[in-house]
Amino acid sequence: MAAKSALDLKTVSILSEHRTDIAAYEHPWVVRMAHWANAASLFVMVTTGLRIYKAFPSFGAKIPQHDFINIPKWLTLGGWLGGALQWHFTFAWIFVITGLTYVTYQIVSGNYRQVLFTLRDVSGVWPMARHYFFFGKKPEVTEPYNPLQKLAYTSSIFFGILATLTGFVLYKPAQLWWLAYPMGGYHLVRIWHFLAMCGFLSFIPGHLIMVALHGWNNFYSMLVGWKKDPEYL
Amino acid sequence: MAFLALFTANDAKPNNGNDMNPDDNPEKASVSPSDVREAPSDEEKVLTHRDFSRMSRRELLKLSPLVVLGAFAIPRVQEKLLEKGVALSDWASGEYFSKSRLARTFKDSDVVPFEKFPYNGYDILDPEVDLDSWTLTVEGLVRNPGEFELPKIQTLPKIVQNTRHVCVEGWDAIGNFGGARVSDFLKFIGADTTARFVEVECADDYYESLDMASMLQPQSLMCYEMYGKPLDRGHGAPLRLQMPTKLGYKQAKYLTTFRVTNVLKSDRKGYWEDQGYSWHGGL
Repeated sequence: MAAKSALDLKTVSILSEHRTDIAAYEHPWVVRMAHWANAASLFVMVTTGLRIYKAFPSFGAKIPQHDFINIPKWLTLGGWLGGALQWHFTFAWIFVITGLTYVTYQIVSGNYRQVLFTLRDVSGVWPMARHYFFFGKKPEVTEPYNPLQKLAYTSSIFFGILATLTGFVLYKPAQLWWLAYPMGGYHLVRIWHFLAMCGFLSFIPGHLIMVALHGWNNFYSMLVGWKKDPEYL
Repeated sequence: MAFLALFTANDAKPNNGNDMNPDDNPEKASVSPSDVREAPSDEEKVLTHRDFSRMSRRELLKLSPLVVLGAFAIPRVQEKLLEKGVALSDWASGEYFSKSRLARTFKDSDVVPFEKFPYNGYDILDPEVDLDSWTLTVEGLVRNPGEFELPKIQTLPKIVQNTRHVCVEGWDAIGNFGGARVSDFLKFIGADTTARFVEVECADDYYESLDMASMLQPQSLMCYEMYGKPLDRGHGAPLRLQMPTKLGYKQAKYLTTFRVTNVLKSDRKGYWEDQGYSWHGGL
């Protein structure tokens, strides 16, 4: 298996004085661009989204109003509702265009195969989770992405689709009420939109912790594309 | 699951991706003879440490377009960029809007009780309009400008509808509204409906401007009734705009002036718009 996944990636050998390193081209340019543009837009969408939600922090009726959560101001961006809406409706474009570009590129280039979670990966999820959370033995690394990573990255695409569709309905509930209908109506759409954000929020801390644990080579590969001495080679 | 299986099946096929084709190697795309010497055309290239660093730097520089996003962190540029972003969203909203597309209407049993329909004002809930002497001043690109009393407006066909009122803050309420179609009123005053905007002014010094397409949408009302009773003072007596295709802040209350125009003053697009809300405000 190791040979097979290695074949999917460009590799180079790097000659130093005393040793030879190997590097694999893990992240093509489009993917890296999309990753950082998405990091910026997700940050803006979440922090301004929280500010927008703060204007009416409930999923129920206005009268009587039952607040669901009190979001501290320091977690939010935009200053006031109007400012947050400006950011939200500006970065929504960046978020959607980035997402479409990424997904289109992955499909057209075939690059999706290294990261898409498929039936074949199901059996590998538990051993990997056991390793991460319960100090289980580390499963053999044969590919750039392990099953748990594939699951996380693949589900983040679904969070993105959910966030986008529900976002459109919240933006244009009168024009798109036929789309709100199968989502359970306007009030539920607000909840789905909030849950899409929760999906991203459940992904981001784990992602950042793993980046910190895996060190510089791993982080650097998302900047330059090349990963030195990957585990699977 | 079938979707995932599809990809799995696809995966089992021989690799037909571009990676296998040595001609697609970007490092080879613009090779000079000296590069070829350093990088033999084997499947796996061999680079010196220095060359690898140089290649990495080049890849890093390719991300430089992202620096543009950094402009959002510069306060002076930021305001302009956000204005452009909102303008883009407003433009797309206007393009997508169709006046023949109707907002959803609701059964009487879906309407919230009158007491649960929120009062919401920017300043005061009762600008103390003298309802007996009130008239609506009509001006601009119309054949019949002048003062219009409420009974005159009430001679137009009365529309009663249960529609959802959505506030920019995120709450909403389904209410029962009655009034004349704005489109009928525009005909009544002989308005040039090819004009781009309608400006309104209000007794509480609120002001708004709206796109003609939304005004012509058949559910847009010159509203003088709620729940079968004349508008009360908190909801905008004697006359307000009621438009299920617009956010609440577009639906001005306590109307006093109605002006058809092709020109908007840049600093008087609307009370909230002038502070940063989207001008289109369409739902």
